[in-house]
Amino acid sequence: MDLSGILNYLVGFAIMAGIYGVFALGLNVHWGYTGILNAGIAGFFAVGAYTAALLTTQPPDPLLFEDFKFGGNLAQMGFLRLGIDLWFFVSLGAAGVAAGILAWLMGFLTLRLRSDYLAIAMVGVAETVRLIFLNEQWLANGSKGLYRIPGFLSEWVTPEFHDYLYLATVLIILALLFMVSELALRSPWGRVLRSIREDETAAEASGKNVFRFKVQAFVMGAVIMGIGGALFAHNVRFVSPLTFSPLLATFVIWAMLIVGGSGNNRGAILGAFVVWGIWSGTQFMPGIFSDANFRFFMIGVLIVAVFVIRPGGILGPDRRIARLGASSQPPPTAGPSGSKGAG
Amino acid sequence: MVAFIVGVGFLPFVKMELVANGIIIGGIIALGAIGATLIFGILGFANLAHGDYMTSGAYLGLFLMGSVLPRIGLEGEGLGPFTFGYPVLIALPLTVVAVAVGAIWIDASIYRRLRNRRAGLIIMTMTSLGMAIALRGLVRMIWGGDTAQYPRESRQFYNLPLEISMPPDAVFISAVSVILVAAVYIILNYTRMGKAMRATSDNPDLALVSGIDTAGVIRWTWAIGAGLAATAGVLLAVFQAQLLPVMGWDFMLLVFASLTLGGIGNPHGALMGALLIGVTSEIATEWMNPSYKPVVAFAIMILALLVRPRGIIVGKLR
Repeated sequence: MDLSGILNYLVGFAIMAGIYGVFALGLNVHWGYTGILNAGIAGFFAVGAYTAALLTTQPPDPLLFEDFKFGGNLAQMGFLRLGIDLWFFVSLGAAGVAAGILAWLMGFLTLRLRSDYLAIAMVGVAETVRLIFLNEQWLANGSKGLYRIPGFLSEWVTPEFHDYLYLATVLIILALLFMVSELALRSPWGRVLRSIREDETAAEASGKNVFRFKVQAFVMGAVIMGIGGALFAHNVRFVSPLTFSPLLATFVIWAMLIVGGSGNNRGAILGAFVVWGIWSGTQFMPGIFSDANFRFFMIGVLIVAVFVIRPGGILGPDRRIARLGASSQPPPTAGPSGSKGAG
Repeated sequence: MVAFIVGVGFLPFVKMELVANGIIIGGIIALGAIGATLIFGILGFANLAHGDYMTSGAYLGLFLMGSVLPRIGLEGEGLGPFTFGYPVLIALPLTVVAVAVGAIWIDASIYRRLRNRRAGLIIMTMTSLGMAIALRGLVRMIWGGDTAQYPRESRQFYNLPLEISMPPDAVFISAVSVILVAAVYIILNYTRMGKAMRATSDNPDLALVSGIDTAGVIRWTWAIGAGLAATAGVLLAVFQAQLLPVMGWDFMLLVFASLTLGGIGNPHGALMGALLIGVTSEIATEWMNPSYKPVVAFAIMILALLVRPRGIIVGKLR
């Protein structure tokens, strides 16, 4: 591979890692700040990506055997182009709102459960979302997926240059979300969330409505994930139910947050780059190492190795805002006895 | 109880064949769920590699029945009314022992280090995710990603009363499930080790200071949990008449829904949850697209948790 090929690959890699960074930030609002064990990221990811895709894709074309009923075609509407592709921001916003609504509804159902029960309930929610998109052909073309999703500013720059532009866009949005998350975390609202993470009963006793704060944090994290889903849809320009399997769309993101250090926004983004580097970088290893099946094995081994070598994540929790006593422990229900609820 | 009566009231309106199928699937789910719930209760984390222990069991069975046993002259299919031959009876125990030993070895080389550093629930769970990916990669490296089959011979289904049509293998599958569930019940309730396991699940620190050999308890938990998972994998491969590297990972969603429904850490509840989910998700196919089965399972689980947030059977090992 020549130099420009390597550079193009690196840019493509950085775009995906940046998008995963957005998801890791959203998960950090759930788990790192508030201690909500959300194992259903794929649900918010899918809702965000499909909302963006359906709003911007061209209407279904019977000649292409497309079975879905609605395509918003926002990208072709004159008043949303104006030279700067305004529709892109409408799409991101709508994706965030859709994911937020899902989180609000699911939050009322599940946020009162103990964390391990909540995690498994959220896995179920995410699978339900995925199976609906898979089986309801009229909604989103079923297993064929949507593949005519427009790219941001793609008509205004040459294809070679487009990836650089999109990388810049993703990084700017990632930086904005990072700043919003940090501000929220350091605000009085963020302090309440951390107090809930440390000790729900104590927060409740101090007169805080724990359930309401949890719903708010859940919605905020989900909105971030929904925006990530839209960024993903406009980058890959193809969404199908296969993309949102529990492994690829939930647990890999968890691995990113935990590898980087939970509770730490910088760690979340670093973890996204490290884990995505392991995931996609192993294909360049020589000989047997580039075999797809061996890679899968290696990825698992590397994730295990990171945890055995550094159980607190690479950066560890953010010292300034870590839990009281600032041990290298992850947030709540840590330790063999802490995880046991009474029977 | 009310739910039970309502459920029985519906029975005349459903196809008994679906109920029978559901009970057999429920038995396989139960083997996975009882093991996973013991591991959850005693070690304190969700073993995301549990499904891949099932897959490993299924493929080790394939290795033994397809490659090793024929070499030494032990082969055949169509034993009695079954599709498979007597090599299954040799391969199954060997597979169980191999996966159990493997799980103990993985614990000793990985999870024990994390426990010694007092790593939290999430770190352990994420490590088990890494294990799940690694195991699936290993299976794909050795056997490839395509479907495989045990040596088998097609057989006529039984036509039973109430319009139930059953493959003969179902008899074998349910017999193995019942025997193993009974064995686990006896171990947990009537042996010293079982008592020690229940004590550790209830309060690990108290168990340790009371002189219980918690290291031994953890070894036995892995042996039982992984052994049951390996059996479930082999039985699932027989029942579905095929093996796939993702079979265990996909099946694990039903396993975790069941153990959650029954109350985490409660083997009795896991059995009840597995049967309930097996039967209802099978019955639902009468009205819905069969690929919505996991949705039915999770809907039942979430609805039950809204009423009883700690599962339908309250309490841990007793």
